[in-house]
Amino acid sequence: MSRYPGAIDCDIHPTVPGVGVLLPYMDDYWQEAFVSRGIDGLEMASYPPGAPISCRADWRPAKGRPAADSATIVRQSLDVMGTAFAICNPLTGGQVAVSESMGAAVCQAVNDWITKEFLDKDARFRSSIIVPPQSPELAVEEIERRAPDRRFVQVMIPVAVEMMLGRRYYWPLLAACEKHGLPLGLHAGSLHRYPTTSNGWSSHYIQDYVSHSQTFEDQLLSLIHEGAFVKFPGLRVVLIESGVSWLPGFLWRAIKTWRGVRAEVPYVKRSPAEIVREHVRLTAQPFDAPDAQAVTRIVEMIDSDAMLLFATDYPHWQFDGDRAVPDGLPAPFLAKMLIDNPLATYPRLKENPHEPHART
Amino acid sequence: MQRYVVASVAEIPPGTHKVFTVAGRPIGIFNLEGEYYGLLNRCPHQGGSLCDGLITGLAVGDRPGEFRMIRKGEMIRCPWHGWEFDIRTGQSWCEPAKIRARTYPTEITAGTEVVRGPYVAETVAVKVEEKYVVVEF
Repeated sequence: MSRYPGAIDCDIHPTVPGVGVLLPYMDDYWQEAFVSRGIDGLEMASYPPGAPISCRADWRPAKGRPAADSATIVRQSLDVMGTAFAICNPLTGGQVAVSESMGAAVCQAVNDWITKEFLDKDARFRSSIIVPPQSPELAVEEIERRAPDRRFVQVMIPVAVEMMLGRRYYWPLLAACEKHGLPLGLHAGSLHRYPTTSNGWSSHYIQDYVSHSQTFEDQLLSLIHEGAFVKFPGLRVVLIESGVSWLPGFLWRAIKTWRGVRAEVPYVKRSPAEIVREHVRLTAQPFDAPDAQAVTRIVEMIDSDAMLLFATDYPHWQFDGDRAVPDGLPAPFLAKMLIDNPLATYPRLKENPHEPHART
Repeated sequence: MQRYVVASVAEIPPGTHKVFTVAGRPIGIFNLEGEYYGLLNRCPHQGGSLCDGLITGLAVGDRPGEFRMIRKGEMIRCPWHGWEFDIRTGQSWCEPAKIRARTYPTEITAGTEVVRGPYVAETVAVKVEEKYVVVEF
C-alpha cells in the first residue's frame, strides 16, 4: 500500500549525471566546447553533491549519481508514495552559466534529456521547462520550443537571478508563462551574481541555507510592487523549496507596510496578502516547523487551503521513510494539498498530453 | 443631540484645518473649499492623532508605472502608520468597508441664529454679524 495514493509530487529532482548525457542533445559547436574546455560537473553550489541534504543516505547509490534515471526514481519514490504525477525539476549549474548562449544550450539539452529519459519512460513524469534567466529573450525561445509538449507544465528558474524579478526586463518571460498557462517556478538556488545574503557573502553554508527564504521574499515583493500581477493577471508563481513557515509573518509585514505607503505603488490596489493568495503557491517540502501544533497554527495563519502543494523534494533529505508531510495538517487541507491544489496550479495535468490541444 | 458652536468661519480659511476640544472631544474641523468637515482627532487603527497627519490627495494608477494624484487636499494620512482617510467621509482607503474615522456633521450658522439658541458655545464669543461652524452630536 502506497503512502499517498494519487498524490501529485510537485518537486522531484532527477540528477543530470554529467555533461556527457547532454552532449547528444547539443550541436557540434557546444559539444566541442564542453569537451575541449573540459567543462563537467554542472552542480549548483546550493546543493553540493556530497552534502547530506543533497541525497538521503538510503537513496544514495554505492557509486554514480543518485536519482539519475527514471527506474530508480520510480522505485524509490513514485511507487512508495503512490504518486500519480511527479514534476521533474532538474537542478543544473549549466542553467546559470554566465554566458547567455551557453546557459541556453544547456537548458535546451536538459529539456531534451528529460523528455527522452523521463517523460518518454514513464507516463507519470511531468517536467518544468528549464530556461536561462540570464537572457529573458533566450528563455522565451525555449518556452516557445517546449510549450507544445503538454508534459511540460511549468517554467523553472532559480529564485536568485540577476535582478529583481518584477522589473520590466523580465516581462517577456512573465508574458510567455502567462500566454501558455505555465506557472513560473522559482526554485531555491542562485545564479550567484551577488552575495547570497543582502549584506554580503556569508562565511558558511548554514547562513546561505537559512537566509534563503529572504530571497523568496525579495522576489515576491518585487513581483507584487512592480505590478507584475497587474500587468499579467493570469500569471502564477510557485515557490519551490522555500520552506513554508516564513510566510505568515511576511504577509503581515507586507500588509502593514502596504497600508501605510501604498501611495508609492498606486496600481497595487489589493492587499499583498490577497495577491499572494491568488497568484502564488508553495511546495510544502520542507515545511520548517517543529511539531504538529505549530504546523496547525501556521496553516491557520496562512488562511488559505489552496496555496500549498505536495512535494517530496526527492532525493533531498527532508524526511525519513515515507512520511513526506508533517503532522498537524487538517485532513481536508491535506487532501487538497496532495491532489486538488496541484491540479489547479498546473492545469496541463488534467489533460491527456497525447491528444491534440486547441491551445499551444 | 446637542449643537456646539466651535469657531467662527474666519478662524478656518479654505484649505486649512484646526483641532478644537468640543465637549471634551478633540475634533478637527477642515475647510475644503468652503465646506466644513469634522473628524475625530483619533485614528481608528491605534489612536494616533489623525488630524496631525499629512493632508494630501489620492494616489491612483491602473497600470504598473502609472502615477496620478487626484482629489488634492481631500485625504489625510495618520502620522503613526500612514493609513489614508477621506476627510469628507472618514472612510479608510485600505479597509473601506471595515475601518472609518469618526466624523461629525457640521453646518454654518449665522450669529443671529446662534444667539437665539439652543447652542452650546463654551469658548466662542458669538457676534451676530459673524458666521459660525456648528458641530452636532
